[in-house]
Amino acid sequence: MRYEAIVIGVSSGGLKALRLIFSALPSGFATPIIVVQHIGPRSENSWIKLLNESCIIPIKEADEKEKVATGIYVAPSNYHLLIEKDRTFSLTVDERVNFARPSIDVLFESAAETYKEKLIGIILTGANNDGTKGVKRIKECGGLVIVQNPATAESSYMPASAIAAVQPDHIMELDQIGQLLIKITLSANI
Amino acid sequence: MRKEDSSELEISLLLEAFYHKYGYDFRQYSRAHIRRRIMSRMGLTGISDVALIQSKVLNDQTFAYELLQDLSITVTEMFRDQEFYKSVRKNVIPVLKTYPFIKIWHAGCATGQEAYSVAIILKEEGLYDRTTIYATDFNQQALDRAKEGIFSNAMMEEYALNYQLSGGIASFSDYFTFNYDRGIINQSLKKNIVWANHNLVTDSVFAEMNMIICRNVLIYFDINLQNKVQKLLYESLIPGGILGLGLKESLRFTDYSEKYTELDKKLRLFKKKY
Ligand SMILES: C[S@@+](CC[C@H](N)C(=O)[O-])C[C@H]1O[C@@H](n2cnc3c(N)ncnc32)[C@H](O)[C@@H]1O
Repeated sequence: MRYEAIVIGVSSGGLKALRLIFSALPSGFATPIIVVQHIGPRSENSWIKLLNESCIIPIKEADEKEKVATGIYVAPSNYHLLIEKDRTFSLTVDERVNFARPSIDVLFESAAETYKEKLIGIILTGANNDGTKGVKRIKECGGLVIVQNPATAESSYMPASAIAAVQPDHIMELDQIGQLLIKITLSANI
Repeated sequence: MRKEDSSELEISLLLEAFYHKYGYDFRQYSRAHIRRRIMSRMGLTGISDVALIQSKVLNDQTFAYELLQDLSITVTEMFRDQEFYKSVRKNVIPVLKTYPFIKIWHAGCATGQEAYSVAIILKEEGLYDRTTIYATDFNQQALDRAKEGIFSNAMMEEYALNYQLSGGIASFSDYFTFNYDRGIINQSLKKNIVWANHNLVTDSVFAEMNMIICRNVLIYFDINLQNKVQKLLYESLIPGGILGLGLKESLRFTDYSEKYTELDKKLRLFKKKY
């Protein structure tokens, strides 16, 4: 398989955007998906349950030292999520990065170091520039970058900032992203 | 050899150098974390090569000390994770009340906020005067700040809210005296706290603890090191003693999960079996 993992960074408007993408994915979707969604430090993880209702693939919070396997993982609130070379998760309580913990850059940069060209990075709606350094690193390591079209994103700032920093492989609407993921991960399987 | 392997190797060599020259052993810490911190130091200093960082560590003690600060993350709060402290009040205090003298160890206390939080709870529960709190860290700079117990007003606001949400009903500011833009914790809360430099990786056990709180330290360790440190914690507790871990930490990958009962599973409070 060409791609080993997919990382997604999203901020304001995230729940809706993730729902749209995840509801398009079939149950046999084998590539692990790892998500950083900005949420407040005091927030509960109830949004994960909401998200679970609208998709077939199981979604869970990433645990420290857990092996990355098939399914959707989200970073727990108040922790940074990193990926080790042995494909396990690490959590840290380091300072906020771009005012965020979890931070998209932290996940993307460590994932890029680990998966190199076998990584897909996706930036969706958001009102800050977290993730911009992350997509740069993904590109430097040879991975694929997809950015939501800022013109139709609920918050254009984050996707626009990513596009200003790198030339994404795809700039697209939310409903196209799910289809593309199916296409590239399936075609690589054949 | 591929490029990737050599940069990994360079980091390993840097950690070897650091250990053999200064005694701080980061070789079994989360490598993704270590790499991130080294890259960040390289960005700040404009050094673009890990091998150069290594030689600077060996030849420049001040620089080595800066890197130590980078690698040891001292981020903390008073009453961090309010539910944890609620559970301490509800599930741990009744156990502690059965002892005539109480010894509590905060392993990896950073700048002291966690030890002061527990001190406040003990005070409110009438247990402070028969308790000794040992608060340890391997970062001397953090310990020095912990001893002072001085917090900015911005921090104080956050902590006061945390305190309330954790079930505190007294007036939080009564525990401090205020001086311009900062609060200083009362001497009456400091007096039974012993601050000490202790390295969980290379130093030995603390005897006969009734409770050990080691939160958000073990997440930085790999599985083997977690196991080694859990042994140290286990041996430092009396039978029936209580272990409190961070919300994302567990005994799952260690040899010790069967040796404790769960006092509060979700909030990671365990009781050593008799
Ligand atoms: C993130 S802080 C946790 C502070 C506090 N326990 C809390 O949860 O808010 C981690 C602390 O562990 C300390 N630490 C890391 N490795 C250590 C070791 N080998 N021995 C002792 N302390 C260590 C660091 O210096 C840092 O102060």
